[in-house]
Amino acid sequence: MLFSNTSSRPNRFLAFVAKEFRHILRDRRTLLILFGMPVAQVLLFGFVLTNEIKNASIAVFDQSKDASSVGLTNKLTSSGYFRLDRNLSSTEELEPAFRSGKIKLAVIFPPDFAQKLQTGDGQLQIIGDASDPNTATTLINYANAIILDYRQQLLAGQSGDAPVIRIETRMRYNPEQKAVFNFVPGVMTLILMLVSAMMTSITIAREKELGTMEVLLVSPLKPIQIILGKTAPYLVLTMINAALVVVLGLTVFGMPLRGSILLLTFECVLYMFVALSLGIFISTRSANQQQAMFMSALGLMMPTMLLSGFIFPRESMPQILQAIGTAIPATWFNTIVKGIMIKGVGLDVLWKESLIMVGMALFFLAISMRNFKDRLE
Amino acid sequence: MINIDHLSKSFAAVQAVKDITLSVEQGEIFGIIGPDGAGKTTLFRMLTSLMLPDSGSASVAGLDVVKDYKRLRQAIGYMPGRFSLYQDLTVEENLGFFAAVFGTSIRENYDLIAPIYSQIEPFKARRAGALSGGMKQKLALCCALIHKPEVLFLDEPGTGVDPVSRKEFWDMLGNLRKQGLTMLVSTPYMDEAALCSRVALMQKGEIMAIDTPDGITKAFQMPLYAVRSDNMYQLIKDLRTLDGMADCYAFGEFAHLKMLDTATPADIATTRITDFLQAKNHRNVEIKTAAPTVEDCFIELMRN
Repeated sequence: MLFSNTSSRPNRFLAFVAKEFRHILRDRRTLLILFGMPVAQVLLFGFVLTNEIKNASIAVFDQSKDASSVGLTNKLTSSGYFRLDRNLSSTEELEPAFRSGKIKLAVIFPPDFAQKLQTGDGQLQIIGDASDPNTATTLINYANAIILDYRQQLLAGQSGDAPVIRIETRMRYNPEQKAVFNFVPGVMTLILMLVSAMMTSITIAREKELGTMEVLLVSPLKPIQIILGKTAPYLVLTMINAALVVVLGLTVFGMPLRGSILLLTFECVLYMFVALSLGIFISTRSANQQQAMFMSALGLMMPTMLLSGFIFPRESMPQILQAIGTAIPATWFNTIVKGIMIKGVGLDVLWKESLIMVGMALFFLAISMRNFKDRLE
Repeated sequence: MINIDHLSKSFAAVQAVKDITLSVEQGEIFGIIGPDGAGKTTLFRMLTSLMLPDSGSASVAGLDVVKDYKRLRQAIGYMPGRFSLYQDLTVEENLGFFAAVFGTSIRENYDLIAPIYSQIEPFKARRAGALSGGMKQKLALCCALIHKPEVLFLDEPGTGVDPVSRKEFWDMLGNLRKQGLTMLVSTPYMDEAALCSRVALMQKGEIMAIDTPDGITKAFQMPLYAVRSDNMYQLIKDLRTLDGMADCYAFGEFAHLKMLDTATPADIATTRITDFLQAKNHRNVEIKTAAPTVEDCFIELMRN
C-alpha cells in the first residue's frame, strides 16, 4: 500500500509525515524543548537536586583530647561527609558558630570520654542545625553511623569482652544511595510524557488555531492518517530523547543498565503510546495551543512529577493521592525503568506493570479516536 | 451542481442559518453576499461537510453532504476565510503537500493552476508566512484547485487583500468559470456581487433575495439620487426631514436619497431637493440621479 503508486505521486501519509518534520525542524522553540530540555533536566536533577550531602562543615569541642576522641574526629573528617571547620574551646563559642551558618554540626567530647569508653559507657554529644531539618537529620544519621562503626572497631580490638551485636546494613542495588538512580528514570518519565503528550497536543491544536485543520478535514485524509501523521514524527524524536537520557545516565552519572536494553526500548515505546494518545485526547478537547499547553501542564506534568513517586515517595502519601497515583502511567513506567536499569529484572517480574500500561494505551487510544471528529464542532 | 433544501443550523441561542433553499447550476459563479455574522461561513461549512445541519438537506455534485461526505470531500475544493496555509512551509511545499493529500502531484495538474501559479512561482522557495496578502490568496487558490475539484468553495477570499489583488483574483475566477468550474463565493463586499453570475443576499441567517446582479438592481423601484454638499453630516440629517423621503444614507462621498414618489419626473424632483437644501443653508449642493447598486438593494431589503 505504501509504495503502490509507481508514478510521481507522493504517498499521502508520507507527505504528511514529511510536512510534520518540516514544522518541527523549522521551529527553534520546538527543537529547544525537544532536545535542550531533556539534557538540561537530567543534568539539573542529577547534579543539583541531590539528597546526598558532602563536605559538611563541623565544629569539634574536644574536652578530652585523648587517643579515642582524636581518632573519632579523624574518622569523621576522613569520611568525605564532614570537614572540620574549627575546634572550639568553650561551649560559649557554639552558638555564634551555628548562628553564622558556617557549621552544620557540632561534636562535643566530655572531659572523661576515653575513661568512660573503657567502662562501656562512652558518651558524646552531637548537635545539629535543624533550621534545615532534612539536612540535619541526614548529617546526624551519617555521624551516628560513623560513630557506631568506630565503636565496633574499638570493641573488636579488645578480647574476651561482652558479646557485641554487629548490625550490618546494606543498601542493595544502589549501595551508595545515589539520588541520580532515582532521578534519571524519573526524568525519563517526565521528558517522554512532556514531549509526547504536550507536543502532540500542541501541534494538533495549532492546526485548529490556524484553520488548516479545516482544509485537512475537507481533504480525503482519514482521521487515523491525520493522527498517525501527527504522532509518528514525535514517536521517532521521543525515542531519540529516551536514548539521550539513558546515555547521559550511564555516562555522566554512572547509572547501571543491568536488564535487557531491548525490553527497556519496548517499554519506552509502550509508554510513549500512552503519552501520545493522551496528547491526542487533550488536543480533541482544546481549541487552541494555549489551552492544550495548559491542560498538558496541569493534567499531565504536575501529576507525573508529584504523584508518580519520582520526587516524593508514594508510600508516604495520603491514601487518596496514592490512589490517584495508580492512574498515572508514569507511576508504572517509573517502576519498570528502575526495575530494568537498576535491578536488572525482566518481564517475569514486570509483567503486571507492563500489562497495566498496555491497558492504558488501548484505553486512551480508543477514547481519543472516538473524540477525534472528522468534522468541526 | 449545488442543491440546498431548507437547510438550518443553530449554535446555542443563535440561529446561524435559517431555512435556506437555493440551487447553483454547473459553471456558475454564485455569490453569497452579506455582512459579517450573516451565516455565510456556517453555510459553507455545512456544504463542505465540516458541519452537520440541524435540519434540511443539501447535495454538492450529486453527493449528499451528510451521507456521501467521504466522496464529496474528493470532489470539492475549499478555500476557508483565513487562507489556511502553513506559514512555515514554502510556497512549493504548501502546494506539494495539498497535492499529495488529495492523491495527486503538482506536475499532474499543472495546466489547471498554471495561469495563477506562474505569478507566484518566482517566489516558490519563499515561506508562505512571508507572502503578501494577494500572493497568499493566490497560493491558497492553487492549493484548493490542485486536485481538479468539480465545485470550488471560496469563503470570503477578498478579506485582507488589497483592491488591485482582489480585481486580479476575480479575473482568475472568471477564467476558471470558462473552464466549466462551478464556484460558490461568499463576500461582504457588495461591489464583488456584480462579478458573479447570480447572487444571494444573506442577512441574519436568511436569504433575502436570489437573482442575477442585474435582476437584483432592477427590482429596485424607487427613484434614487446622489447628493452632496459642504456639510455631509448636516446634509443627511436635513434630508431625513424632507417630505416624501423613503431613506437617506451615506454612500461613498455622496449621500444616497431614496424617494417614495415614483411619478414625479427626475428634474422636478432634483429642483425641489436643491431648493430645500439651499433653504437650509447648504452650500455647493450637487445632485444627480443614481443607478441603484447591489448595496442599495441590500439596504432596502434590510429595512423591510
